[in-house]
Amino acid sequence: MNLVWFHKLGSPKYFHALALRLTPWLGALSFALLATGLYWGLVIAPPDYQQGESYRIIFVHVPSAWMSMFTWMFMAVCGLLVLVWRMKVAASLMRAAAPLGASFTFLALVTGSLWGKPMWGAYWVWDARLTSELILLFLYLGFIALQSAIEQREAAGRAGAVLALVGVINIPIIHYSVEWWNTLHQGATVTKFDSPSMPVEMLLPLLVSAAGFMTYFATVVLKRARCDILEAEAASGWVREWATRTATEPRNP
Amino acid sequence: MDWQSFLAMGGYAAFVWPSYALVLIVLIANAVIPHRRERALRERIARRATGNR
Repeated sequence: MNLVWFHKLGSPKYFHALALRLTPWLGALSFALLATGLYWGLVIAPPDYQQGESYRIIFVHVPSAWMSMFTWMFMAVCGLLVLVWRMKVAASLMRAAAPLGASFTFLALVTGSLWGKPMWGAYWVWDARLTSELILLFLYLGFIALQSAIEQREAAGRAGAVLALVGVINIPIIHYSVEWWNTLHQGATVTKFDSPSMPVEMLLPLLVSAAGFMTYFATVVLKRARCDILEAEAASGWVREWATRTATEPRNP
Repeated sequence: MDWQSFLAMGGYAAFVWPSYALVLIVLIANAVIPHRRERALRERIARRATGNR
C-alpha cells in the first residue's frame, strides 16, 4: 500500500502549506452553505404542523449537536495517531478542535434549552440526553485546561490523547440516551437506520446547514492547527522564512 | 414577504431569534480569534527572524 501521502501529511511543513491552500476555499464553501441552509430553514421551509415556527431552531440546534459529537470523535482519532505514531500534526489538529467542540456543545445546549422552554415548558431537565451532553461540555473544558496546564508540548499532547480516547465512551451514550432511558428529548429522526422520518422540505435545509457547520469546522480547525504548528516550529527555518515573507510591512521602514 | 409576521415567528420570536443570534456570534468569534492570533504570531516570528540578522 502506498502511504506516501500519510507521511507527507505528518510533515508540519507540508501540512502547513496544504492548510494554507485549502482554508480560503473551505471558508467560502462554508459561508455559502450556511447562508443557504439558514435562509432556507428560516424563510422557505414550511412551519411544523405541531410546533409552528418554533421548530426552526432545529436548523441550528441539530447541526451544533451533531458537530459536538463529531468533534470529539475527530479528537479521539487524532489522539490515536498521537499515541501510536507520535504524529505532531495530529496533536495540533486535536488541540485545534477542542475549543470548536466546546463551542458546538455550548450552542447545542443553549439552543436546545431555548427550544425546550416553549415546547416542554422548561429550559432544563436533568434527563439522560441533556445531562450526557453537559458532561461532554465538561470533557471539552477539561481537555482545554489540561493542555494549558502542561508546559511540555509532547507530554500535553499525549495526556490530551488519552483523555480524548477515554472520553469517546460518552459519544454512544449521548446518541443512544434517548433509547436507553425515558427522556423528554425526542428520538433520532435523521441518524437512524430507517429512512429519515422528516418531510423533505425540512430535511434538505437541515442537511445543507449541517454541511455548512461541517465545512466551517474544517476551515477553522485547519487555521487553528496551522497556528499551533507555527508556534511549535517557530525556530525552524521554513517558518521564519514564511513569516518574514508574508508579515505585513511596518509603517515606517 | 410580510416582515412583521416573519419577525414575530408565530409568537416564538423570543426563542428563535436569540438561538440564531447566539450561533452566529459564536461562529464568527471562533473564526475571527484564530485570524488575529495568526497575524500577531506571524509578525512576532518575522520580527525575531529579521532582528537576529
